[in-house]
Amino acid sequence: MLEIKNLHVKLEEEDKVILKGVDLKIGAGEVHAIMGPNGSGKSTLSYVLSGKAGYEVTDGSAALEGEELLEMEPEERAAAGLFLAFQYPVEIPGVGNMTFLRTAVNAQRKARGEEELSAGDFLKVVREKAKALKIDADMMKRPVNVGFSGGEKKRNEILQMAMLEPKMCILDETDSGLDVDAMKLVSEGVNALRDAGRSFLVITHYQRLLDHIKPDVVHIMADGRIVKTGGPELALEVEQNGYADILAEVV
Amino acid sequence: MAQLQAKQDALSARIAGLDLPKSGWSAPLRAEALTRLSAMGLPGKRDEYWRYTDPTSLTVAEAPAAAPFTYSDEKMVFTDIDRLRIVFVDGVFDAAQSDDLALAGVEISLLAEAGDIHWASDLYGVLEARGQTPVQRPLATLNTAFATQGVLIRATGKAAKPVSLIYLHKSEASDVILHHCIKVEAGAELTVLENGPAAARFNKVMEVEIAEGGRFHHIRTQGRDHERRAATHIFARLAANALFKSFTLTANGRLTRNEAIIEFTGDDAVAHVAGAAVGDRDFHHDDTVFITHDAERCESRQVFKKVLKNGAVGVFQGKILVKAGAQKTDGYQISQSLLLDDDSQFLAKPELEIYADDVVCSHGSTSGAIDEAALFYLRSRGVPERAAQSLLVLAFLAEAIAEIEGETLAEDIRVRMENWLTRHEGK
Repeated sequence: MLEIKNLHVKLEEEDKVILKGVDLKIGAGEVHAIMGPNGSGKSTLSYVLSGKAGYEVTDGSAALEGEELLEMEPEERAAAGLFLAFQYPVEIPGVGNMTFLRTAVNAQRKARGEEELSAGDFLKVVREKAKALKIDADMMKRPVNVGFSGGEKKRNEILQMAMLEPKMCILDETDSGLDVDAMKLVSEGVNALRDAGRSFLVITHYQRLLDHIKPDVVHIMADGRIVKTGGPELALEVEQNGYADILAEVV
Repeated sequence: MAQLQAKQDALSARIAGLDLPKSGWSAPLRAEALTRLSAMGLPGKRDEYWRYTDPTSLTVAEAPAAAPFTYSDEKMVFTDIDRLRIVFVDGVFDAAQSDDLALAGVEISLLAEAGDIHWASDLYGVLEARGQTPVQRPLATLNTAFATQGVLIRATGKAAKPVSLIYLHKSEASDVILHHCIKVEAGAELTVLENGPAAARFNKVMEVEIAEGGRFHHIRTQGRDHERRAATHIFARLAANALFKSFTLTANGRLTRNEAIIEFTGDDAVAHVAGAAVGDRDFHHDDTVFITHDAERCESRQVFKKVLKNGAVGVFQGKILVKAGAQKTDGYQISQSLLLDDDSQFLAKPELEIYADDVVCSHGSTSGAIDEAALFYLRSRGVPERAAQSLLVLAFLAEAIAEIEGETLAEDIRVRMENWLTRHEGK
């Protein structure tokens, strides 16, 4: 599904190298987790994959189902099936949440040469999916993320993911700012989307999210590289001993 | 003194070719206006009130030429609205293109045809003259003195449909002065629509008197001509419980100065004045507003939004004056601009002057670029860059459009705005 090779990235405006050769291969239907200390490059990886400006790729490649991602505009990546659930979802005053979702769904359908959804069909689908995430009609009418609580913002991200039905989902610290109940709700939303044709990359600091979203593979990232890869037990090891032991062992 | 002399010389040159109508009910009002005008002269570049907008092209003897815009397949705004149409071609009433001036709840007559006695003699030039203090507005006084065309509308009940003033522009050299008087009697209700570029140079005054409990709605679009110039004034006076709502959409035009002078004289009245202006390149748009609260518990709201690109200039001068005794005044003013590049400019001068101690007044003015984080967020969800930018621009304008009364009219305006964005994207 996703294949990253030797990815090197620096900040565009300063000579700061952040990713120093990331290699990662995620198969169809797999759930991978990336853990790592602050500043290891986890969020940068998610931004570079989704096409945020401000980063310069100096070497390497990233392909989604064989298609080179790094050459594409952000909207083309989305249409190709990539989705990033933001760590900090953006507030957009003046744009209704429902309008936003419908514009996005139809833009992607159009880009893929599919017919746009009618207002009625769209409403039916969105109501059903919103209900599962406990998103009420009022939240759909409000401007995108404006005045939403931390939990509401994250649930709104998962709703977008459910509506857009991407192939490759990246969750960037989706657990940050969530209480236990909200984390459960969000995880259930994610688990409902697990599918043989859909892969996930879950970026997190803490093991507890992985109790709910069970990964197939866990990677540890440090200083711009993936330094260790293992099964779910690796996350537990981090939880018990911290990163220091693992990093010491690697270095 | 030299400055005043220059202003008076400019006036002499400007009015040399104009005739002062000497008969009919308006003659003494015009003579009086000319006396006031002669004392003031025309606005000059050094006037504080014209600090951000050069009045020269509005005051010179001959109007700078402007090619009329030809509509191709695009429908004019308000086409699908059921309305009474009054058409002016280069500032002259065109009976053939206009509807019959009969409308239930409304009396309509033409300034050009009014005889020796008319209800408008209590209004013509009266609100304009009141609006001359504390700031002089000579272009409006010039209008009172020399306008020969315009409509006189009196609403005595609820108007059966909107009155739609359509200004067509045919001649490259047209230099037009129109003066409208509108009286909304107690408890009556009227909607006035205005659209069209009008002329190469347009000087328009609209005086609006709203009696107790009267309601007046005004929605205006200022035409597509690229070269046109316009100076417009709305003078409104509100009695107790009256309502005044005005919205203007401006797209294109070389120079536009829209002044609104609103006075509360009765308690519990409401006045909203809003504008959305979208400009590209040599576009200069100036919204100048002066609201006087001289009664209790009145609410005023000013909402002005501008989207500027490729060196376009936007100006906002807005003042709220709360007189002693105008307790419980609620005044709100916001002026914002979205600059789509580094060449465009927004100049704002918000002012509050308050002499009552129990009031709520707020004002804010901002100018900024498109929110890059929001743009990326939209794109990451698959919305193409241009569509995402349009969505954000419309979102920015939404607060001003929300001031339009009536969803059909608001939708019509929204479509105009979207068309403009489509035409101007990427340029």
